Amino acid sequence: MNVRIMEEKIVKIIMYLSIAIVLGSLLLVFSMVILKGIDFLNFDMITKVPDGGYYLGKGGGILNAIVGSLYLAGGAIILATIVSIPISWYLNQSNKKSKFTEFVRLSLDVSCGIPSLIYGAFVFLFLVSFHQRAALIWGIVTVAIFIIPILVRAMDEIMQTVNRDLKEASYSLGATEFETLKNVITRQAMPGIVGAIILAFGRGIGDAAAVLFTAGYTDNIPNSLFDPVATLPLAIFFQISSPYPEVQGRAYASGIILIIIVLLLIVISRIVSKRLMKYVIR
Amino acid sequence: MEFKNIFFSRQNINSLVRKGLFVPTFLSALIFIAIAVVLLVKSIPILSMYPITDLLFSSIWKPMSGDFGFLPFIMGTLWVTILSMIICIPISLFCALYLSEYAPKRVQITIQPFIDLLAGIPSVVYGLFGIILIVPLIRDSIAPFFNITSSGYTVLSGGIVLAIMVFPILISVSFEVFQAVPFDMREASLSCGATNWEMVKHVVITAGYPGLIAALILGFSRAFGETMAVLMVVGNVPIIPQSVFDPAYPIPALIANNYGEMMSIPMYDSALMFAAFILLIVVIAFTVLSKYMLIRIKARLGS
Repeated sequence: MNVRIMEEKIVKIIMYLSIAIVLGSLLLVFSMVILKGIDFLNFDMITKVPDGGYYLGKGGGILNAIVGSLYLAGGAIILATIVSIPISWYLNQSNKKSKFTEFVRLSLDVSCGIPSLIYGAFVFLFLVSFHQRAALIWGIVTVAIFIIPILVRAMDEIMQTVNRDLKEASYSLGATEFETLKNVITRQAMPGIVGAIILAFGRGIGDAAAVLFTAGYTDNIPNSLFDPVATLPLAIFFQISSPYPEVQGRAYASGIILIIIVLLLIVISRIVSKRLMKYVIR
Repeated sequence: MEFKNIFFSRQNINSLVRKGLFVPTFLSALIFIAIAVVLLVKSIPILSMYPITDLLFSSIWKPMSGDFGFLPFIMGTLWVTILSMIICIPISLFCALYLSEYAPKRVQITIQPFIDLLAGIPSVVYGLFGIILIVPLIRDSIAPFFNITSSGYTVLSGGIVLAIMVFPILISVSFEVFQAVPFDMREASLSCGATNWEMVKHVVITAGYPGLIAALILGFSRAFGETMAVLMVVGNVPIIPQSVFDPAYPIPALIANNYGEMMSIPMYDSALMFAAFILLIVVIAFTVLSKYMLIRIKARLGS
């Protein structure tokens, strides 16, 4: 009997330790980056583009990367949403519980698991064969291709949970399938959809590997879709590779900016979802 | 307006959606197949020039002189991935078990957003963290403790950083698996006089077993393809690591680091695309396997 209680206690201790390690590492990740970067964080960083020799420790900021990331992720999320909503509509038609939709869901799940780097390489191969230069638009395409599977699956899961009675009520009033999908299911799923979109936006902003090949890199803010564009993760990556401690410090400061953007997105997604919740009939 | 009504009547729009959306849906499902085919086509030049066994099992990597041995990269990837899983799996499982079986509802609700948060942090930030804390720690404390001189940019650093990144995925998937185990089963076990842990061990873990495997595979494939964070801390030296204090050069890092010059050296682009193809195949295989396991557990638990 004693052995059993001992075992229970030991296991509990292990569990507390595990929780402590996980939460502790989260805390460490945040505090370390913030402590290291806070001294280098200044107003110039978010208001100026790099001066000549920025990566040698001279003046300027990383506005190009901040704006570039927003352009890139913003464009990609618009493109991806336009494509994803109709696809999830198709998957959620009431008579579509077939082998085909199961196949689509499985292959989208597989696509979700593919490293973003590979999407980047894929689009890059197209650029090379069509003699295109890395530019904002190709970055947008890359990120869009890479978040479409994530978005569709998220929206699909949310639409599947919409109350059946509501759909039937809609049909019984004479609505067509499309009208039901558009006016009932999408509206009911809206909080979840908005949440998914904002989280995917965060994925797009934070991902460096996907656009490594396809978006190029520049010290300027792009003027057209065919200009190369800088992204925040890549700016961090280049700054941290610099041998100058001053520039490395700026990498940490840029890390803080990235963390703040992502945190803001998560908070916004929670608030917006909660706001929209009041239109949802349970 | 009458004109519009003839062509865009409600019924017409409906059938348009029903049929017209087939194409984009089908295309989206084919994305990964298209990628696999393109990468394979691109790697044909190198596959036709060297036997595949040479490519996979040779350890000499000198693209300038035409030696493409992928073994260091494959081994580097395996070392980092397996090490991170060794660190990550027990911790995440106990975490998920605690959250699902022991934690009061209030703790559960408080901790969960933090786990989601951990999942939302960009991998570059984890890389920064690795450079700030893990690398110096290994260089100055852990390696000297074992009487080894090390730069700190090692398999171990990559494994630790990766483990921290994979925590949230593993925790949330295995948490869901545990939650799916019916409560009747737990109650039956408890009423037979089992302690809480015995119930967890014999009922929850046993019933959730396939789902757990699926969770582990998902975490594994995420780790396998992770690029930025690992790239920043792992050293990127193309040798086969002999210990966790050696540097490594995982496949994603190889691709990311060399895309710049891959057009200037013969066969180099083909070699890198072959590396991407290997990565892709492994990830696809793992995901399909884990999906299969999840379908099985759903059938078993009858939900």
